[in-house]
Amino acid sequence: MTDTPSTEPLVDLAKDAPSEFLAVRDLRVHFPTDDGVVKSVDGLSFTLERGKTLGIVGESGSGKSVTSLSVMGLHRNVGKKSGPRISGEIWLDGKELVGASPEEVRRLRGQKMAMIFQDPLTAMHPFYSVGHQIIEGYRQHHPDAKKQQARDHAIQLLDRVGIPQPDKRVDSYPHEFSGGMRQRAMIAMALANDPSLLIADEPTTALDVTVQAQILDLIRDLQKEFGSSVIIITHDLGVVAELADDILVMYGGKCVEKGPAADLFDKPEHPYTWGLLGSMPRIDRDLQDRLIPVKGSPPSLINLPSGCAFNPRCPYAERNEGRCTSEVPELVEAAPGHRAACHLPAETRHRIFAEEIAPRL
Amino acid sequence: MKAGRVRPAAPTRGGRPTAGQPTAVLLYIVRRLLNVVVMLLVVATITFGIFFLVPWLQHTDPVLRYVGKNANPVAIEGIKVKLGLDKPIYEQFWLYLKGLVAGRSYNNGPDTTWCPAPCMGISTQTQTPVWGQLTGDFPVTAWLAAGAATLWLVFGVGTGVLSALRKRSVLDRVTMVTALAGVSLPVYFTGLVTSALFVYNLGWLPESDPGVTLADDPVAWFQNMLLPWITLAFLFAATYARLTRATMLDVLGEDYIRTARAKGLREGKVIGKHAMRATMTPVLTVFGMDLGGLLGGAILTENVFNLHGLGYDALNGITKNDLPMIMGVTLFAAFFIVMANLIVDLLYAVVDPRVRLA
Repeated sequence: MTDTPSTEPLVDLAKDAPSEFLAVRDLRVHFPTDDGVVKSVDGLSFTLERGKTLGIVGESGSGKSVTSLSVMGLHRNVGKKSGPRISGEIWLDGKELVGASPEEVRRLRGQKMAMIFQDPLTAMHPFYSVGHQIIEGYRQHHPDAKKQQARDHAIQLLDRVGIPQPDKRVDSYPHEFSGGMRQRAMIAMALANDPSLLIADEPTTALDVTVQAQILDLIRDLQKEFGSSVIIITHDLGVVAELADDILVMYGGKCVEKGPAADLFDKPEHPYTWGLLGSMPRIDRDLQDRLIPVKGSPPSLINLPSGCAFNPRCPYAERNEGRCTSEVPELVEAAPGHRAACHLPAETRHRIFAEEIAPRL
Repeated sequence: MKAGRVRPAAPTRGGRPTAGQPTAVLLYIVRRLLNVVVMLLVVATITFGIFFLVPWLQHTDPVLRYVGKNANPVAIEGIKVKLGLDKPIYEQFWLYLKGLVAGRSYNNGPDTTWCPAPCMGISTQTQTPVWGQLTGDFPVTAWLAAGAATLWLVFGVGTGVLSALRKRSVLDRVTMVTALAGVSLPVYFTGLVTSALFVYNLGWLPESDPGVTLADDPVAWFQNMLLPWITLAFLFAATYARLTRATMLDVLGEDYIRTARAKGLREGKVIGKHAMRATMTPVLTVFGMDLGGLLGGAILTENVFNLHGLGYDALNGITKNDLPMIMGVTLFAAFFIVMANLIVDLLYAVVDPRVRLA
């Protein structure tokens, strides 16, 4: 904390700093490749208040992880010929990160913002003990901390995330932990400096189902305790159902729907969200014969379908006289705080949902 | 050999696996040392078979190698008796093995030569025990290997890391082309070219002199060793640069490197600590084996630069038909290779906590 100039803004305040804790505005991350430009994220905007949880949901390749890596400043070779082009604004607690120097962003990493990765086995260094890896992150941002103090802190963290015998396990290596334990240790590592923004990138994907619930509970408890803002990235709506205050659905690098979690589950507006809901097993409804998959596969990010990127997979695109294939839909407000990017008129959507979708869910 | 002995550890509860069971590690080392003995016995048997059994089957007499062209039959018979070459082949083999362990005496009545253990026989050229010659020449080889190893580690690993970090840069391309040349050019080419250039053309270095020792004249010794070091290091540095570059590029793509960055570590620490630690493990393995192999003699380098080490003895033995010398060098080299293998396996368990010795 001492080595971070936390009081000075990173960029001139001429740009209007948003009041929200985290604000992403018109974020674009484009990767040049031999085959063309991959538009992984294309004009994404969202905000997140302090202490709240945002769930970002989408298929593989929808740009979820690329978004989180942009917030963390973890893209490599930015600005070089082979590297990604990043534009837009990312405001974290009044500081703009896209235009900030890599060194300034590095100082925030692990301290103000931290990340939990998908696969804790590959995300931890196999040759260093779990404790060492936690201590290292802590001491990076607390250079005055004594070794013993940092070690005690690591043991406390391991205890807090529910690792038994933390004073012994602190010296264990990642391969000596089970998958769930590893993810707990990974969470302890992320919490080492009490970050105000925690990004969890598919935190439960590599874990088995019983452990998944435990890890999600842990994240929720820790959020209450530490008061952090949390972004949970997942392809599984079930994961964010109970955890998130707001949900953002991504498709083809763009936001197709966002709103309060309750609204999104009860009154989803976008046909893609309907598809996601239909493909999710639910324990609070009667058992249906089969889950309904979203037909087709995710679009190529080099050559997005013209108009609405979802139109080739959308069962309702034909009902709309060609608009869906020619015009990119805007994200418009459907209800207070609830936006969707779909050309279907709101009444039509509500009727389709009530008559065709809701009964099947 | 390595893959069979070292296996990834099963997940255990608490503690480092190797530290937890010192007896198991000790047992492992004892077992491996027994293996070393067996291996050396096999090598001894094979070399003995090649050099004594084959001539015996072909009805040529090994004793002729010890005597001059026109020696008289009585003298030949005397030497034959003294060296035990008149005895049946199995008894000769037994005496050879016994000599290795306990020493043996060559005698023909009053004319007795004691060859202390480990007795590898009497050199046909110098008529003295092979062991004494080998131990006398070993420092030359050891210094050659040590100096070259230092050079190639520094330059090979250094350029490999830089190439990986500046992938596809001019530096990377130049390094990799140079490395390709280093791998492709034989020592007797680079060695001769460098000597021609630095010794005979530019005159920066004196002609090589096998008589100079470190103790007598350190400066002359250093000048003497410089070109051999560089020549040998060039060959190995090339391999190490390529290995380090490839490994480093793999490691840089690993998730745990991204995690290290996500913690806010400085780039220097991400590379210098997290990436290097993972990169050096395979490099260390190869290094142990290479060094072990080199200690048995760098035949080409030593002969190109006229350094009287084990590699020189080996080639000399081969050209002069000095059978005990060839067998001795072979056994000596085999010892270092087998020991290097063992040490690399032990080191691996220290370096990589996932490896457990059992």
